[in-house]
Amino acid sequence: MRLFVQAVILGVLAGGVYALMASGLTLAFGIMRVINVAQGVMIILGAYLSYTLFTHFGVDPFLSVLFVVPVVFVLGLVIELVFIRPLRASEREELSLLVTWAVALGIEGVLGLVYSTTYRSTIPSYANAAWRIGGFAVLQVQVYAFALSVVILAVLGLVLAKTRFGRAVRGTVQNPASAALLGVDERKVAAIGFGLSVATAAAAGAVYGVVTPFNPGSHYDLISLLLTIIVLGGMGSLPGTVVAAVLMGVSQALLATYISPTSARLTFFVLLIGILVVRPQGLFGAVERGKL
Amino acid sequence: MRTVSRSGAALTVVIVTALAAFPFVFKANWVVNIAVFTMMYAGLATAWNLLGGYSGYISLCNAAFFGIGAYTIANLFPTSGGPPGSTPFLILPLVGLGAAILSIPIGWVAFRTRGVTFAIVTISLLFVAQTLAFLMRSFTRGSQGMGIGVPRFSVATYERPFYLALLAIFVFAVSVCWYVRRAKLGLTLFAIRDDEDRARGLGVDTEIAKLVTFATSLGITAMIGGVWAYYITYIYPQFAVDPLITIGMVLMVFLGGKGTLWGPLLGALLLVPAQRLLAQNATTARWYLILYSGVFLFVILLLPRGIIPSVQDLVARLRSKSDRDTSSPAATVPTVPTEVVP
Repeated sequence: MRLFVQAVILGVLAGGVYALMASGLTLAFGIMRVINVAQGVMIILGAYLSYTLFTHFGVDPFLSVLFVVPVVFVLGLVIELVFIRPLRASEREELSLLVTWAVALGIEGVLGLVYSTTYRSTIPSYANAAWRIGGFAVLQVQVYAFALSVVILAVLGLVLAKTRFGRAVRGTVQNPASAALLGVDERKVAAIGFGLSVATAAAAGAVYGVVTPFNPGSHYDLISLLLTIIVLGGMGSLPGTVVAAVLMGVSQALLATYISPTSARLTFFVLLIGILVVRPQGLFGAVERGKL
Repeated sequence: MRTVSRSGAALTVVIVTALAAFPFVFKANWVVNIAVFTMMYAGLATAWNLLGGYSGYISLCNAAFFGIGAYTIANLFPTSGGPPGSTPFLILPLVGLGAAILSIPIGWVAFRTRGVTFAIVTISLLFVAQTLAFLMRSFTRGSQGMGIGVPRFSVATYERPFYLALLAIFVFAVSVCWYVRRAKLGLTLFAIRDDEDRARGLGVDTEIAKLVTFATSLGITAMIGGVWAYYITYIYPQFAVDPLITIGMVLMVFLGGKGTLWGPLLGALLLVPAQRLLAQNATTARWYLILYSGVFLFVILLLPRGIIPSVQDLVARLRSKSDRDTSSPAATVPTVPTEVVP
């Protein structure tokens, strides 16, 4: 029972970070029908930027988020303008997958040139500090990472719910044609939405680098996990994404505890096949346009 | 049903003869080595095109079945068994059949989704296969890799049997495509690509058509993986199940022309020699990923329909223009995407 609770705690903490990583994917898919395979490499890019700031200037990885987010936001704007906007709407879903995969390869190549393929890790002084609460040990960095993810997700949720831009985004997701007729600048929403979606990934990356060692090729591990999460969550549903991410984190932790850490790497596959057999539309099927 | 056009048959004979004669004309080992990889990708891309080009379902798990074929050959002919000669080539059809049967339950689950979700599910399968290749040590020996018996082929023509085997698989793949395009199966696939719901509404059995095509395409892919393993003679998980192999075949199909018969071959002929030369040079190898992504982006953004359809459009436009100059103002020739073209 103790083991079980410990595993669930660790799983929820990891799942919170997964939720932040995957919510950007859901946002981009909801607004633009774009599957961004480069989301994984954006996380790794965030991790490297944060790593560089920490090793060269001693900036705390959690503070570096303030720098990493705007930089990657601008990169996202450029990617949207140059590579995604030219795709024709009828082929956008499938072609976006290939185009962003190519972008991911390019960024992986650049990271390989700059940082080589050695595994890195951002190690601040408190990297191994842990809290003991009622006999359960939790690493402080994991709690910070979870807290940061919750804060960013909450801000994202508020922006979508309360602001003019958020209304424009939700309108575009529900019905792009009507939104455009009502004066929503679809192109602007798409560009800013894509920028935001990769910036949240990079924020998650800055803290990912503290918890897990990474190299330029690590994005493949991440993207397979994230794609599974958004399929489980029902493609385009933000609450679905968050629930699927936590579910993924918890089942991984349980498998790692009770069977073996290596089998945990296959969790997402088992979950995916299981869910697809029972519910092809995912847990929160937002297969039709209209939800986010 | 369409009969074989004379020009199409002539084109086929010329292409196959030229490909078969190649290693007997250009004998240098390094040239035939590049030809082996070109023929390998031509076969892989043609197999991918069978499902991806004709039905529009983007399957990204093909490299997983490439790995399954490779590891099957590696398990059947280990280094300890001595030089296997040409037996691995003869056993390939069985390997392909086995892989095709294995793919059916996988396809059954994956085809519960459509469009972009199908692509995501298959890409996940690819990553799972790579993880499994590391974990299933009894079948793959994990990251320490696995040796295959080295054949005692004459050094001067060492590459030739591999090249010819790959050519045979390629010809088989093209024949399957050629047949499918003329059979009811092809019409079903085109109907799925154009509007799957309407096809189902009209009583077309889309499920069986998709599964049969998926299995055939992956069976061919596994056979090619088997030849690759025998040629390389020592395989590691990260190269046997490599996302770059999937990317490679998709890229070549897009470059040559999705849904055309010879487009995948054209794509392979243009890209693989360049790719091999770049990968062998130490300086360019560091830029390899960046160059690869550059070519990929260029093709998808600027040539999304591929070379063969673009050229055909151009020819059709020129023809209709000259027709109009001489006779009545005929309507411009529309490009029908499902038109069967050589």
